Amino acid sequence: MEGLLIALYVFVLAIFIGFEVINKVPQILHTPLMSGSNAISGISLIGAILVAGRLEGPTSAAIGVLAVVLATVNVVGGFLVTDRMLQMFRRRREGSK
Amino acid sequence: MNAAEIVPLITDLAYLLAAVLFILGLKRLSSPDTARSGNILGALGMFIAVLATLIDREIVTFAGIAAGITLGALIGVVAARAVKMTAMPQMVAIFNGLGGGASALVAADEYLRLARGSMAAAADVRITIVLSVLIGAVTFSGSMIAFGKLQEVITGRAVTYPLQKTINALLFLGIAAAGALLVVSEPSVPVFTGLAAASLVLGVLLVIPIGGADMPVVISLLNSYSGLAAAATGFVLHNYVLIISGALVGASGIILTQIMCRAMNRSLGNVLFGAFGAAAAAGPGAAAAADRGVRDISAEDASILMAYARSVVIVPGYGLAVAQAQHLVRDLANALEARGVDVKYAIHPVAGRMPGHMNVLLAEANVPYDRLYEMERINPEFERTDVALVIGANDVVNPAARSQPDSPLYGMPILDVDRARHVIVMKRSMNPGFAGVDNELFYRENTRMLFGDAKKSLESLVRELKAVPA
Repeated sequence: MEGLLIALYVFVLAIFIGFEVINKVPQILHTPLMSGSNAISGISLIGAILVAGRLEGPTSAAIGVLAVVLATVNVVGGFLVTDRMLQMFRRRREGSK
Repeated sequence: MNAAEIVPLITDLAYLLAAVLFILGLKRLSSPDTARSGNILGALGMFIAVLATLIDREIVTFAGIAAGITLGALIGVVAARAVKMTAMPQMVAIFNGLGGGASALVAADEYLRLARGSMAAAADVRITIVLSVLIGAVTFSGSMIAFGKLQEVITGRAVTYPLQKTINALLFLGIAAAGALLVVSEPSVPVFTGLAAASLVLGVLLVIPIGGADMPVVISLLNSYSGLAAAATGFVLHNYVLIISGALVGASGIILTQIMCRAMNRSLGNVLFGAFGAAAAAGPGAAAAADRGVRDISAEDASILMAYARSVVIVPGYGLAVAQAQHLVRDLANALEARGVDVKYAIHPVAGRMPGHMNVLLAEANVPYDRLYEMERINPEFERTDVALVIGANDVVNPAARSQPDSPLYGMPILDVDRARHVIVMKRSMNPGFAGVDNELFYRENTRMLFGDAKKSLESLVRELKAVPA
Protein backbone atom coordinates (compact mmCIF):
# COMPACT_ATOMS: atom_id res chain seq x y z
CA MET A 1 0.00 0.00 0.00
CA GLU A 2 2.88 2.37 0.72
CA GLY A 3 4.06 2.09 -2.87
CA LEU A 4 0.59 3.01 -4.06
CA LEU A 5 0.57 6.06 -1.82
CA ILE A 6 3.88 7.35 -3.16
CA ALA A 7 2.62 6.77 -6.68
CA LEU A 8 -0.49 8.77 -5.84
CA TYR A 9 1.68 11.65 -4.57
CA VAL A 10 3.64 11.65 -7.82
CA PHE A 11 0.43 11.51 -9.87
CA VAL A 12 -1.26 14.42 -8.09
CA LEU A 13 1.83 16.64 -8.19
CA ALA A 14 2.35 15.87 -11.89
CA ILE A 15 -1.24 16.90 -12.61
CA PHE A 16 -0.50 20.28 -11.02
CA ILE A 17 2.61 20.66 -13.16
CA GLY A 18 0.51 19.71 -16.17
CA PHE A 19 -2.06 22.41 -15.44
CA GLU A 20 0.63 25.06 -14.95
CA VAL A 21 2.51 24.18 -18.12
CA ILE A 22 -0.46 23.56 -20.42
CA ASN A 23 -2.28 26.74 -19.38
CA LYS A 24 0.55 28.71 -20.96
CA VAL A 25 0.08 27.11 -24.38
CA PRO A 26 -1.64 29.64 -26.68
CA GLN A 27 -4.82 28.69 -28.56
CA ILE A 28 -3.01 28.87 -31.87
CA LEU A 29 -0.98 25.78 -30.85
CA HIS A 30 -3.79 23.71 -29.37
CA THR A 31 -3.91 21.17 -32.21
CA PRO A 32 -0.15 20.43 -32.05
CA LEU A 33 -0.51 20.37 -28.25
CA MET A 34 -3.12 17.67 -28.57
CA SER A 35 -1.22 15.54 -31.03
CA GLY A 36 2.07 16.05 -29.17
CA SER A 37 0.67 15.27 -25.72
CA ASN A 38 -1.09 12.35 -27.33
CA ALA A 39 2.29 11.01 -28.47
CA ILE A 40 3.53 11.37 -24.89
CA SER A 41 0.60 9.29 -23.65
CA GLY A 42 2.00 6.56 -25.89
CA ILE A 43 4.49 6.10 -23.03
CA SER A 44 2.51 2.94 -22.27
CA LEU A 45 4.87 1.61 -24.96
CA ILE A 46 7.39 0.87 -22.23
CA GLY A 47 4.81 -1.21 -20.39
CA ALA A 48 4.07 -2.98 -23.66
CA ILE A 49 7.77 -3.70 -24.19
CA LEU A 50 8.00 -5.29 -20.75
CA VAL A 51 5.04 -7.54 -21.53
CA ALA A 52 6.32 -8.49 -24.98
CA GLY A 53 9.81 -9.20 -23.70
CA ARG A 54 9.16 -11.75 -20.97
CA LEU A 55 8.59 -15.42 -21.58
CA GLU A 56 5.14 -16.12 -20.16
CA GLY A 57 3.54 -18.19 -22.89
CA PRO A 58 1.96 -17.45 -26.25
CA THR A 59 -1.09 -15.47 -24.98
CA SER A 60 1.11 -13.06 -23.10
CA ALA A 61 3.48 -12.72 -26.04
CA ALA A 62 0.63 -11.99 -28.44
CA ILE A 63 -0.89 -9.40 -26.09
CA GLY A 64 2.53 -7.82 -25.63
CA VAL A 65 3.39 -7.58 -29.32
CA LEU A 66 -0.05 -6.17 -30.16
CA ALA A 67 0.35 -3.58 -27.41
CA VAL A 68 3.81 -2.66 -28.74
CA VAL A 69 2.40 -2.14 -32.24
CA LEU A 70 -0.48 0.05 -31.02
CA ALA A 71 1.70 2.15 -28.74
CA THR A 72 4.43 2.58 -31.35
CA VAL A 73 1.94 3.84 -33.95
CA ASN A 74 0.72 6.30 -31.31
CA VAL A 75 4.24 7.46 -30.41
CA VAL A 76 5.89 7.60 -33.83
CA GLY A 77 2.84 8.90 -35.69
CA GLY A 78 2.07 11.41 -32.94
CA PHE A 79 5.50 13.02 -32.77
CA LEU A 80 5.93 13.07 -36.56
CA VAL A 81 2.56 14.60 -37.33
CA THR A 82 3.13 17.22 -34.62
CA ASP A 83 6.46 18.11 -36.17
CA ARG A 84 4.81 18.34 -39.58
CA MET A 85 2.31 20.84 -38.21
CA LEU A 86 4.77 22.89 -36.19
CA GLN A 87 7.12 23.46 -39.09
CA MET A 88 4.27 25.21 -40.90
CA PHE A 89 4.00 27.93 -38.28
CA ARG A 90 6.07 30.80 -39.63
CA ARG A 91 6.42 34.47 -38.88
CA ARG A 92 5.67 37.21 -41.37
CA ARG A 93 9.07 37.62 -43.01
CA GLU A 94 9.61 33.95 -43.76
CA GLY A 95 5.94 33.46 -44.62
CA SER A 96 5.63 35.99 -47.45
CA LYS A 97 8.02 34.77 -50.03
CA MET B 1 26.97 -1.87 -5.81
CA ASN B 2 27.04 -4.75 -8.26
CA ALA B 3 25.68 -4.88 -11.78
CA ALA B 4 22.33 -6.28 -10.65
CA GLU B 5 21.77 -3.12 -8.59
CA ILE B 6 23.20 -0.64 -11.06
CA VAL B 7 21.05 -1.54 -14.05
CA PRO B 8 17.67 -0.80 -12.38
CA LEU B 9 19.17 2.40 -11.01
CA ILE B 10 20.20 3.52 -14.51
CA THR B 11 16.74 2.62 -15.79
CA ASP B 12 15.03 4.66 -13.10
CA LEU B 13 17.28 7.67 -13.62
CA ALA B 14 16.66 7.47 -17.37
CA TYR B 15 12.91 7.46 -16.67
CA LEU B 16 13.34 10.56 -14.55
CA LEU B 17 15.23 12.23 -17.37
CA ALA B 18 12.45 11.27 -19.79
CA ALA B 19 9.80 12.79 -17.50
CA VAL B 20 11.83 16.01 -17.26
CA LEU B 21 12.17 16.14 -21.05
CA PHE B 22 8.40 15.73 -21.45
CA ILE B 23 7.74 18.65 -19.11
CA LEU B 24 10.38 20.85 -20.78
CA GLY B 25 9.00 19.90 -24.17
CA LEU B 26 5.46 20.91 -23.20
CA LYS B 27 6.81 24.17 -21.73
CA ARG B 28 8.33 25.04 -25.08
CA LEU B 29 4.88 24.76 -26.68
CA SER B 30 4.09 28.15 -25.11
CA SER B 31 5.34 29.90 -28.25
CA PRO B 32 5.33 28.96 -31.94
CA ASP B 33 9.03 29.93 -32.07
CA THR B 34 10.10 27.23 -29.63
CA ALA B 35 7.32 24.70 -30.15
CA ARG B 36 9.08 22.57 -32.71
CA SER B 37 12.13 22.09 -30.50
CA GLY B 38 9.75 21.24 -27.66
CA ASN B 39 8.19 18.43 -29.65
CA ILE B 40 11.67 17.11 -30.45
CA LEU B 41 12.56 17.16 -26.73
CA GLY B 42 9.44 15.09 -26.07
CA ALA B 43 10.42 12.58 -28.74
CA LEU B 44 13.93 12.41 -27.27
CA GLY B 45 12.43 11.70 -23.84
CA MET B 46 10.41 8.87 -25.32
CA PHE B 47 13.48 7.44 -27.06
CA ILE B 48 15.46 7.48 -23.80
CA ALA B 49 12.59 5.83 -21.91
CA VAL B 50 12.37 3.04 -24.50
CA LEU B 51 16.13 2.42 -24.48
CA ALA B 52 16.14 2.29 -20.68
CA THR B 53 13.34 -0.27 -20.76
CA LEU B 54 15.17 -2.52 -23.20
CA ILE B 55 18.00 -3.08 -20.69
CA ASP B 56 15.52 -4.20 -18.02
CA ARG B 57 16.31 -7.61 -16.52
CA GLU B 58 12.78 -8.87 -17.02
CA ILE B 59 13.19 -8.74 -20.77
CA VAL B 60 14.53 -11.98 -22.13
CA THR B 61 13.32 -12.05 -25.70
CA PHE B 62 13.63 -9.23 -28.20
CA ALA B 63 12.10 -10.72 -31.36
CA GLY B 64 8.52 -9.74 -30.58
CA ILE B 65 9.55 -6.27 -29.44
CA ALA B 66 11.58 -5.65 -32.58
CA ALA B 67 8.78 -6.87 -34.84
CA GLY B 68 6.16 -4.81 -33.00
CA ILE B 69 8.19 -1.62 -33.03
CA THR B 70 9.09 -2.00 -36.70
CA LEU B 71 5.51 -2.57 -37.76
CA GLY B 72 4.16 0.19 -35.52
CA ALA B 73 6.78 2.70 -36.65
CA LEU B 74 6.08 1.91 -40.29
CA ILE B 75 2.34 2.50 -39.86
CA GLY B 76 3.01 5.63 -37.81
CA VAL B 77 5.35 7.16 -40.40
CA VAL B 78 3.03 6.48 -43.30
CA ALA B 79 -0.03 7.80 -41.44
CA ALA B 80 1.74 10.95 -40.23
CA ARG B 81 3.00 11.77 -43.72
CA ALA B 82 -0.18 10.97 -45.61
CA VAL B 83 -2.81 12.61 -43.41
CA LYS B 84 -4.37 15.82 -44.70
CA MET B 85 -4.46 18.72 -42.27
CA THR B 86 -8.25 18.84 -42.53
CA ALA B 87 -8.31 15.21 -41.35
CA MET B 88 -6.17 15.92 -38.27
CA PRO B 89 -9.06 15.42 -35.79
CA GLN B 90 -9.68 11.86 -37.03
CA MET B 91 -5.96 11.15 -36.89
CA VAL B 92 -5.64 12.35 -33.31
CA ALA B 93 -8.75 10.34 -32.40
CA ILE B 94 -7.21 7.14 -33.76
CA PHE B 95 -3.84 7.72 -32.10
CA ASN B 96 -5.64 8.41 -28.82
CA GLY B 97 -7.52 5.16 -29.14
CA LEU B 98 -4.39 3.15 -29.89
CA GLY B 99 -2.62 4.58 -26.83
CA GLY B 100 -5.62 3.72 -24.67
CA GLY B 101 -5.78 0.25 -26.19
CA ALA B 102 -2.10 -0.39 -25.49
CA SER B 103 -2.55 0.66 -21.85
CA ALA B 104 -5.52 -1.68 -21.46
CA LEU B 105 -3.62 -4.60 -23.03
CA VAL B 106 -0.67 -4.13 -20.66
CA ALA B 107 -2.98 -4.12 -17.65
CA ALA B 108 -4.84 -7.15 -19.04
CA ASP B 109 -1.62 -9.11 -19.26
CA GLU B 110 -0.77 -8.21 -15.67
CA TYR B 111 -4.12 -9.64 -14.64
CA LEU B 112 -3.52 -12.87 -16.56
CA ARG B 113 -0.18 -13.26 -14.79
CA LEU B 114 -1.91 -12.67 -11.51
CA ALA B 115 -4.49 -15.31 -12.37
CA ARG B 116 -1.70 -17.77 -13.19
CA GLY B 117 -0.29 -17.07 -9.75
CA SER B 118 3.05 -15.83 -11.05
CA MET B 119 2.56 -12.50 -9.30
CA ALA B 120 1.63 -11.47 -5.78
CA ALA B 121 -1.95 -10.23 -5.79
CA ALA B 122 -2.26 -7.34 -3.35
CA ALA B 123 -5.58 -5.48 -3.37
CA ASP B 124 -4.01 -2.25 -4.62
CA VAL B 125 -2.61 -4.04 -7.68
CA ARG B 126 -6.04 -5.42 -8.52
CA ILE B 127 -7.73 -2.03 -8.11
CA THR B 128 -5.28 -0.34 -10.44
CA ILE B 129 -5.55 -3.16 -13.01
CA VAL B 130 -9.34 -2.86 -13.09
CA LEU B 131 -9.17 0.92 -13.49
CA SER B 132 -6.50 0.68 -16.14
CA VAL B 133 -8.47 -1.81 -18.26
CA LEU B 134 -11.69 0.17 -17.83
CA ILE B 135 -10.21 3.55 -18.84
CA GLY B 136 -8.04 2.09 -21.58
CA ALA B 137 -10.88 0.14 -23.17
CA VAL B 138 -13.32 3.07 -23.02
CA THR B 139 -10.65 5.29 -24.60
CA PHE B 140 -10.04 2.75 -27.34
CA SER B 141 -13.61 2.08 -28.44
CA GLY B 142 -14.78 5.66 -27.80
CA SER B 143 -11.97 7.02 -29.96
CA MET B 144 -12.75 4.59 -32.76
CA ILE B 145 -16.38 5.80 -32.79
CA ALA B 146 -15.19 9.42 -32.74
CA PHE B 147 -12.96 8.59 -35.70
CA GLY B 148 -15.86 6.99 -37.54
CA LYS B 149 -18.03 10.06 -37.01
CA LEU B 150 -15.34 12.52 -38.07
CA GLN B 151 -14.41 10.43 -41.10
CA GLU B 152 -18.14 10.08 -41.82
CA VAL B 153 -17.86 6.30 -41.92
CA ILE B 154 -20.79 6.32 -39.51
CA THR B 155 -23.42 9.03 -39.14
CA GLY B 156 -22.25 12.29 -37.60
CA ARG B 157 -25.71 12.75 -36.13
CA ALA B 158 -26.32 12.09 -32.47
CA VAL B 159 -27.65 8.53 -32.25
CA THR B 160 -30.39 8.21 -29.68
CA TYR B 161 -32.72 5.41 -28.63
CA PRO B 162 -35.19 4.85 -25.79
CA LEU B 163 -33.79 4.32 -22.29
CA GLN B 164 -30.33 5.33 -23.49
CA LYS B 165 -29.20 6.81 -20.19
CA THR B 166 -30.71 3.93 -18.23
CA ILE B 167 -28.87 1.38 -20.34
CA ASN B 168 -25.59 3.27 -19.93
CA ALA B 169 -26.12 3.53 -16.19
CA LEU B 170 -26.90 -0.19 -15.89
CA LEU B 171 -23.84 -1.07 -17.93
CA PHE B 172 -21.70 1.13 -15.74
CA LEU B 173 -23.13 -0.44 -12.60
CA GLY B 174 -22.41 -3.89 -14.05
CA ILE B 175 -18.81 -2.87 -14.70
CA ALA B 176 -18.48 -1.47 -11.19
CA ALA B 177 -19.86 -4.71 -9.71
CA ALA B 178 -17.52 -6.86 -11.81
CA GLY B 179 -14.64 -4.59 -10.83
CA ALA B 180 -15.45 -4.91 -7.13
CA LEU B 181 -15.71 -8.68 -7.49
CA LEU B 182 -12.30 -8.85 -9.19
CA VAL B 183 -10.74 -6.82 -6.38
CA VAL B 184 -12.10 -8.82 -3.45
CA SER B 185 -12.32 -12.38 -4.81
CA GLU B 186 -9.91 -14.90 -6.26
CA PRO B 187 -8.75 -14.10 -9.80
CA SER B 188 -11.32 -15.04 -12.43
CA VAL B 189 -10.43 -14.75 -16.09
CA PRO B 190 -14.07 -14.99 -17.33
CA VAL B 191 -15.19 -12.11 -15.06
CA PHE B 192 -12.17 -10.12 -16.14
CA THR B 193 -12.89 -10.72 -19.83
CA GLY B 194 -16.48 -9.69 -19.24
CA LEU B 195 -15.32 -6.46 -17.61
CA ALA B 196 -13.05 -5.66 -20.54
CA ALA B 197 -15.79 -6.38 -23.09
CA ALA B 198 -18.35 -4.33 -21.16
CA SER B 199 -15.86 -1.44 -21.00
CA LEU B 200 -15.46 -1.55 -24.77
CA VAL B 201 -19.24 -1.43 -25.19
CA LEU B 202 -19.44 1.47 -22.72
CA GLY B 203 -16.95 3.47 -24.80
CA VAL B 204 -19.13 2.99 -27.88
CA LEU B 205 -22.37 3.88 -26.08
CA LEU B 206 -20.87 7.00 -24.52
CA VAL B 207 -19.79 8.50 -27.84
CA ILE B 208 -22.62 7.56 -30.25
CA PRO B 209 -25.17 9.96 -28.71
CA ILE B 210 -22.83 12.90 -29.32
CA GLY B 211 -23.32 14.93 -32.50
CA GLY B 212 -20.57 15.68 -35.00
CA ALA B 213 -20.45 19.36 -34.07
CA ASP B 214 -19.52 18.44 -30.50
CA MET B 215 -16.61 16.23 -31.52
CA PRO B 216 -13.96 18.86 -30.52
CA VAL B 217 -15.07 18.40 -26.92
CA VAL B 218 -15.11 14.63 -27.23
CA ILE B 219 -11.62 14.27 -28.67
CA SER B 220 -10.27 16.61 -26.01
CA LEU B 221 -11.89 14.46 -23.37
CA LEU B 222 -10.64 11.22 -24.92
CA ASN B 223 -7.18 12.82 -25.06
CA SER B 224 -7.44 13.26 -21.33
CA TYR B 225 -8.60 9.64 -20.89
CA SER B 226 -5.66 8.31 -22.89
CA GLY B 227 -3.38 10.10 -20.43
CA LEU B 228 -5.27 8.73 -17.45
CA ALA B 229 -5.11 5.23 -18.98
CA ALA B 230 -1.32 5.50 -19.24
CA ALA B 231 -1.14 6.78 -15.65
CA ALA B 232 -3.32 3.90 -14.44
CA THR B 233 -0.99 1.45 -16.16
CA GLY B 234 1.84 3.24 -14.39
CA PHE B 235 0.15 2.48 -11.08
CA VAL B 236 -0.10 -1.19 -12.07
CA LEU B 237 3.59 -1.41 -13.00
CA HIS B 238 4.77 0.98 -10.26
CA ASN B 239 6.38 3.00 -12.98
CA TYR B 240 6.66 6.72 -12.27
CA VAL B 241 7.40 7.87 -15.82
CA LEU B 242 4.07 6.41 -16.94
CA ILE B 243 2.32 8.07 -14.03
CA ILE B 244 3.91 11.48 -14.67
CA SER B 245 3.40 11.42 -18.44
CA GLY B 246 -0.15 10.20 -18.04
CA ALA B 247 -0.90 12.96 -15.53
CA LEU B 248 0.52 15.63 -17.87
CA VAL B 249 -1.61 14.44 -20.78
CA GLY B 250 -4.64 14.02 -18.53
CA ALA B 251 -4.29 17.63 -17.38
CA SER B 252 -3.83 18.85 -20.93
CA GLY B 253 -6.97 17.10 -22.11
CA ILE B 254 -8.99 18.47 -19.20
CA ILE B 255 -7.88 22.04 -19.97
CA LEU B 256 -8.74 21.69 -23.67
CA THR B 257 -12.10 20.17 -22.78
CA GLN B 258 -12.90 23.13 -20.53
CA ILE B 259 -11.87 25.64 -23.20
CA MET B 260 -14.02 23.95 -25.83
CA CYS B 261 -17.05 23.76 -23.54
CA ARG B 262 -16.70 27.43 -22.59
CA ALA B 263 -16.37 28.46 -26.24
CA MET B 264 -19.53 26.54 -27.11
CA ASN B 265 -21.35 27.82 -24.04
CA ARG B 266 -22.21 24.30 -22.96
CA SER B 267 -21.54 22.32 -19.86
CA LEU B 268 -19.62 19.09 -20.21
CA GLY B 269 -22.66 17.18 -18.98
CA ASN B 270 -24.79 18.78 -21.67
CA VAL B 271 -22.31 17.84 -24.40
CA LEU B 272 -21.97 14.24 -23.20
CA PHE B 273 -25.59 13.51 -22.42
CA GLY B 274 -27.58 16.26 -24.17
CA ALA B 275 -27.72 14.49 -27.59
CA PHE B 276 -27.30 17.91 -29.22
CA GLY B 277 -27.98 17.80 -32.94
CA ALA B 278 -30.07 14.62 -32.97
CA ALA B 279 -32.39 16.34 -35.43
CA ALA B 280 -31.87 19.74 -37.01
CA ALA B 281 -34.02 21.96 -34.83
CA ALA B 282 -36.00 24.42 -36.91
CA GLY B 283 -35.91 27.43 -34.62
CA PRO B 284 -38.53 30.16 -34.76
CA GLY B 285 -36.03 32.24 -36.73
CA ALA B 286 -36.07 29.87 -39.69
CA ALA B 287 -39.61 30.74 -40.66
CA ALA B 288 -39.04 34.44 -40.20
CA ALA B 289 -35.99 34.34 -42.43
CA ALA B 290 -38.00 33.86 -45.60
CA ASP B 291 -39.76 37.19 -45.42
CA ARG B 292 -36.82 39.24 -44.21
CA GLY B 293 -34.61 40.79 -46.83
CA VAL B 294 -30.86 40.51 -46.96
CA ARG B 295 -28.70 42.79 -49.11
CA ASP B 296 -26.36 41.02 -51.44
CA ILE B 297 -23.20 42.36 -53.00
CA SER B 298 -21.28 41.47 -56.15
CA ALA B 299 -17.67 40.32 -56.04
CA GLU B 300 -16.74 43.49 -57.88
CA ASP B 301 -18.30 45.83 -55.30
CA ALA B 302 -16.92 43.74 -52.45
CA SER B 303 -13.41 43.98 -53.84
CA ILE B 304 -13.71 47.77 -54.22
CA LEU B 305 -14.94 48.02 -50.63
CA MET B 306 -11.91 46.09 -49.37
CA ALA B 307 -9.41 47.71 -51.72
CA TYR B 308 -10.02 51.16 -50.25
CA ALA B 309 -10.24 49.95 -46.65
CA ARG B 310 -7.51 50.58 -44.11
CA SER B 311 -8.14 47.41 -42.17
CA VAL B 312 -9.76 44.10 -43.07
CA VAL B 313 -10.39 41.28 -40.61
CA ILE B 314 -10.98 37.85 -42.13
CA VAL B 315 -13.16 35.48 -40.10
CA PRO B 316 -12.70 31.92 -41.34
CA GLY B 317 -15.05 29.12 -40.36
CA TYR B 318 -14.95 25.44 -41.04
CA GLY B 319 -16.86 26.04 -44.28
CA LEU B 320 -13.65 27.55 -45.61
CA ALA B 321 -11.71 24.39 -44.88
CA VAL B 322 -14.43 22.22 -46.39
CA ALA B 323 -14.16 24.28 -49.59
CA GLN B 324 -10.35 23.84 -49.44
CA ALA B 325 -10.06 27.58 -49.98
CA GLN B 326 -7.37 28.46 -47.40
CA HIS B 327 -4.79 29.18 -50.09
CA LEU B 328 -7.17 31.50 -51.94
CA VAL B 329 -7.75 33.43 -48.72
CA ARG B 330 -4.02 33.83 -48.46
CA ASP B 331 -3.91 35.13 -52.07
CA LEU B 332 -6.65 37.61 -51.25
CA ALA B 333 -4.77 38.79 -48.15
CA ASN B 334 -1.58 39.15 -50.19
CA ALA B 335 -3.34 41.27 -52.79
CA LEU B 336 -4.85 43.47 -50.08
CA GLU B 337 -1.57 43.84 -48.24
CA ALA B 338 0.14 44.84 -51.49
CA ARG B 339 -2.26 47.80 -51.54
CA GLY B 340 -1.34 48.72 -47.97
CA VAL B 341 -4.45 47.27 -46.32
CA ASP B 342 -3.89 45.87 -42.83
CA VAL B 343 -5.16 42.26 -42.83
CA LYS B 344 -5.78 40.18 -39.74
CA TYR B 345 -7.48 36.83 -39.12
CA ALA B 346 -9.95 36.37 -36.27
CA ILE B 347 -10.04 32.79 -35.01
CA HIS B 348 -12.86 31.57 -32.81
CA PRO B 349 -11.81 28.74 -30.46
CA VAL B 350 -14.28 26.33 -32.07
CA ALA B 351 -13.49 27.25 -35.68
CA GLY B 352 -12.64 23.85 -37.11
CA ARG B 353 -13.12 20.33 -35.85
CA MET B 354 -10.72 20.28 -32.91
CA PRO B 355 -9.05 22.84 -30.63
CA GLY B 356 -6.77 25.11 -32.69
CA HIS B 357 -7.63 23.37 -35.95
CA MET B 358 -8.18 26.54 -38.01
CA ASN B 359 -4.76 27.89 -37.06
CA VAL B 360 -3.10 24.78 -38.45
CA LEU B 361 -5.11 24.99 -41.66
CA LEU B 362 -4.13 28.63 -42.20
CA ALA B 363 -0.51 27.98 -41.26
CA GLU B 364 -0.51 25.28 -43.93
CA ALA B 365 -1.63 27.94 -46.42
CA ASN B 366 1.40 30.03 -45.40
CA VAL B 367 -0.51 32.57 -43.37
CA PRO B 368 2.06 33.97 -40.92
CA TYR B 369 1.03 33.11 -37.36
CA ASP B 370 1.43 36.66 -36.06
CA ARG B 371 -1.60 37.57 -38.23
CA LEU B 372 -3.79 35.01 -36.43
CA TYR B 373 -5.73 36.63 -33.59
CA GLU B 374 -7.55 34.88 -30.77
CA MET B 375 -11.08 36.02 -29.97
CA GLU B 376 -10.16 38.02 -26.86
CA ARG B 377 -7.48 39.94 -28.73
CA ILE B 378 -9.44 40.75 -31.87
CA ASN B 379 -12.85 41.64 -30.42
CA PRO B 380 -11.88 45.13 -29.17
CA GLU B 381 -10.51 45.86 -32.67
CA PHE B 382 -13.70 45.31 -34.66
CA GLU B 383 -14.93 48.84 -33.88
CA ARG B 384 -11.91 50.20 -35.72
CA THR B 385 -12.19 47.68 -38.56
CA ASP B 386 -13.39 48.86 -41.98
CA VAL B 387 -14.38 45.48 -43.40
CA ALA B 388 -14.98 42.17 -41.63
CA LEU B 389 -15.00 39.33 -44.17
CA VAL B 390 -16.82 36.26 -42.84
CA ILE B 391 -16.07 33.08 -44.78
CA GLY B 392 -17.97 29.90 -43.93
CA ALA B 393 -18.60 30.89 -40.30
CA ASN B 394 -22.09 31.28 -38.91
CA ASP B 395 -22.96 30.58 -35.27
CA VAL B 396 -19.71 32.07 -33.96
CA VAL B 397 -20.60 35.50 -35.42
CA ASN B 398 -24.30 35.53 -34.46
CA PRO B 399 -25.03 38.64 -32.38
CA ALA B 400 -28.05 36.86 -30.89
CA ALA B 401 -25.51 35.23 -28.57
CA ARG B 402 -25.09 38.67 -26.97
CA SER B 403 -28.56 40.13 -27.25
CA GLN B 404 -31.31 37.49 -27.32
CA PRO B 405 -31.76 35.60 -24.05
CA ASP B 406 -34.21 33.19 -25.72
CA SER B 407 -31.70 32.11 -28.38
CA PRO B 408 -30.02 28.71 -27.93
CA LEU B 409 -26.75 30.49 -28.65
CA TYR B 410 -27.27 33.09 -25.91
CA GLY B 411 -24.19 33.47 -23.74
CA MET B 412 -21.81 31.85 -26.20
CA PRO B 413 -18.69 33.97 -26.69
CA ILE B 414 -18.71 35.27 -30.28
CA LEU B 415 -16.58 37.33 -32.60
CA ASP B 416 -18.11 40.83 -32.61
CA VAL B 417 -17.95 41.27 -36.39
CA ASP B 418 -21.22 43.25 -36.41
CA ARG B 419 -19.30 46.12 -34.83
CA ALA B 420 -17.13 46.56 -37.91
CA ARG B 421 -18.02 49.38 -40.31
CA HIS B 422 -18.88 46.92 -43.09
CA VAL B 423 -19.46 43.19 -42.89
CA ILE B 424 -19.26 40.94 -45.94
CA VAL B 425 -20.58 37.44 -45.37
CA MET B 426 -19.56 34.80 -47.90
CA LYS B 427 -22.09 32.02 -47.86
CA ARG B 428 -23.38 29.31 -50.11
CA SER B 429 -27.04 29.76 -49.17
CA MET B 430 -29.21 31.01 -46.35
CA ASN B 431 -29.08 27.66 -44.52
CA PRO B 432 -28.63 28.00 -40.78
CA GLY B 433 -25.49 26.78 -38.98
CA PHE B 434 -24.93 23.76 -36.74
CA ALA B 435 -27.19 25.13 -34.03
CA GLY B 436 -30.01 25.48 -36.57
CA VAL B 437 -30.46 29.10 -35.57
CA ASP B 438 -31.13 32.00 -37.92
CA ASN B 439 -28.37 34.62 -37.89
CA GLU B 440 -29.25 38.21 -37.02
CA LEU B 441 -26.02 39.39 -38.55
CA PHE B 442 -27.23 38.74 -42.10
CA TYR B 443 -30.04 41.29 -41.80
CA ARG B 444 -28.01 44.11 -40.31
CA GLU B 445 -27.75 47.51 -41.99
CA ASN B 446 -23.97 47.17 -42.38
CA THR B 447 -23.99 43.57 -43.68
CA ARG B 448 -23.75 42.49 -47.32
CA MET B 449 -24.07 38.90 -48.47
CA LEU B 450 -21.77 37.48 -51.11
CA PHE B 451 -23.55 34.30 -52.14
CA GLY B 452 -21.87 31.40 -53.87
CA ASP B 453 -19.21 28.75 -53.51
CA ALA B 454 -16.44 30.07 -51.26
CA LYS B 455 -13.71 29.01 -53.65
CA LYS B 456 -15.26 30.66 -56.71
CA SER B 457 -16.16 33.83 -54.79
CA LEU B 458 -12.61 34.16 -53.50
CA GLU B 459 -11.21 33.64 -56.98
CA SER B 460 -13.38 36.43 -58.37
CA LEU B 461 -12.49 38.69 -55.42
CA VAL B 462 -8.78 38.25 -56.10
CA ARG B 463 -9.34 38.85 -59.82
CA GLU B 464 -11.50 41.94 -59.29
CA LEU B 465 -9.09 43.34 -56.76
CA LYS B 466 -6.34 43.48 -59.37
CA ALA B 467 -8.62 45.59 -61.58
CA VAL B 468 -9.27 48.21 -58.87
CA PRO B 469 -7.12 51.30 -59.52
CA ALA B 470 -4.72 52.20 -56.70
